[in-house]
Amino acid sequence: MSETTPNDAPAKGFLAKHAFLERSPTLLLVSSLLVVMVGGIVEIAPLFYLENTIEEVDGVRPYSPLELAGRDVYVREGCYVCHSQMIRPMRDEVERYGHYSLAAESMYDHPFQWGSKRTGPDLARVGGKYSDAWHLDHLIAPRSVVPESIMPGYAYLLDTQVNAEYTADLVATHRFVGVPYTDDMIEVAAADTLAQADPDTDAYDDLLERYPGAQIRNFDGEPGVSEMDALIAYLQMLGTTVDFSTFTPDASR
Amino acid sequence: MSSNDQKDIDEVTGTDTTGHSWDGIKELNNPLPRWWLWCFYITIVWGIAYTIAYPAWPLVSSATSGMLGYSTRGEVAQDIARFEDANAEISAQLAAADLNVLNENPELLRYANSAGGAVFRNNCSQCHGSGAAGFVGYPNLLDDDWLWGGDFASIEYTVRHGIRNEEDWDARWSEMTAYDDIFSNDEVDQVVQYVRLISGQEHDAGLAAAGEGLFLDNCAACHGDNGMGNRDLGAPNLTDAIWLYGGDLASLEETVRYARFGVMPPWGERLSEAEIKAVTAYVHQLGGGE
Repeated sequence: MSETTPNDAPAKGFLAKHAFLERSPTLLLVSSLLVVMVGGIVEIAPLFYLENTIEEVDGVRPYSPLELAGRDVYVREGCYVCHSQMIRPMRDEVERYGHYSLAAESMYDHPFQWGSKRTGPDLARVGGKYSDAWHLDHLIAPRSVVPESIMPGYAYLLDTQVNAEYTADLVATHRFVGVPYTDDMIEVAAADTLAQADPDTDAYDDLLERYPGAQIRNFDGEPGVSEMDALIAYLQMLGTTVDFSTFTPDASR
Repeated sequence: MSSNDQKDIDEVTGTDTTGHSWDGIKELNNPLPRWWLWCFYITIVWGIAYTIAYPAWPLVSSATSGMLGYSTRGEVAQDIARFEDANAEISAQLAAADLNVLNENPELLRYANSAGGAVFRNNCSQCHGSGAAGFVGYPNLLDDDWLWGGDFASIEYTVRHGIRNEEDWDARWSEMTAYDDIFSNDEVDQVVQYVRLISGQEHDAGLAAAGEGLFLDNCAACHGDNGMGNRDLGAPNLTDAIWLYGGDLASLEETVRYARFGVMPPWGERLSEAEIKAVTAYVHQLGGGE
């Protein structure tokens, strides 16, 4: 026992050296941080450089300006709180929703909309599954078509027009975070926004060339481009870009 | 500082102490229980072995794939294949079956109905209702009033190609004219009243009489001279009490003025042959099959 220096740890070999750390709060804090960082370095950092994190898949393309505007509505209204966009690789999910989600399918999502809870069904492959009219009815009054639904109504999306002026900024912002939009795409983003909700414009073919597979329709059946148009355009393209009749995922990923 | 080499033994217990002392109270330095220590070592070994057996360590361009060759995707593919194999025989039988004589094979019929029910609840119920009674704008499949035909072949075609969609070139297609710009307001009223007349509802006899000529000139081409409809064009029968969009004055006026354009997606690409047959059989037996 030590009479002179209380609380003094005995130094017994290498392990006893921790006494030194314990007596220096700053050093202890820094050392703890270093230890915790190991987990991050091992688990997260490799995802940024490993070549097989995101496989290359034909067909995946950046969102068209109208879809992107619809995606903003989706995020703003908090759809992700009740709906996931992530079909997990399990038989029951594949049977119900279709092919499991691929990393590439959300590579242009900033932020991703995988969600964490399914109060409503998964929406990763909802595109093309229902008619526009159904989406319209369902978004205005969900219980008019699904009596057992507890989803709130979003009829007011019809009242607000998408301000095409700002979609160029929206597209540019997404390019800033890494989505490969070209200068040309940004320049005509405002026109593309309006063109996608009207199948009778001259921009039809150009729009399809920029965004292959984009659906060009008056989604809500009303004149103008409302937030409803944008949201339905977004929902109708979800999960439709990859052709699984020609694409076979590598099993080892 | 206590001397480094000297052990500081507690007199009461005879155990070594850590050397820490708080107001004379010392901390005993008991060794960890052996069983605990061994468990701890085993978890370390287990952890390392686990990362060798399963995909784990990030290397230069990819991660190690693990000695056991496990992959999530491989497992789900196996899982799906296992159930597909189990049903392979009866599924193939159903895919090749002539639905018209399905009743003669009770086992296949039972399989078709339960598999078809599952397909229906997953894919069709959102529009047609989980009980298939439909909603305004989405046809009831329980009755025997069919827009495009209710025999097996017609139902199967509708399921496979859908209606008025852009994805499938073979989709059933027809488009009612919107008469808002063609008829005057009076003429709209007259045609609406005439439809009320032939459907046996309360109507204004004078207006209805005036509407007959308009109906025959404009509507009869699809709905028929007597308004009984035409399944080749998906034109509904206007003389019965079954209405897709409503038979009241307001709904009829909206239909005449702005027309209707009900869309059904094609399912030929999404469903397998057996699933298409199964859901066809299921819808057929709901009540109205012909």
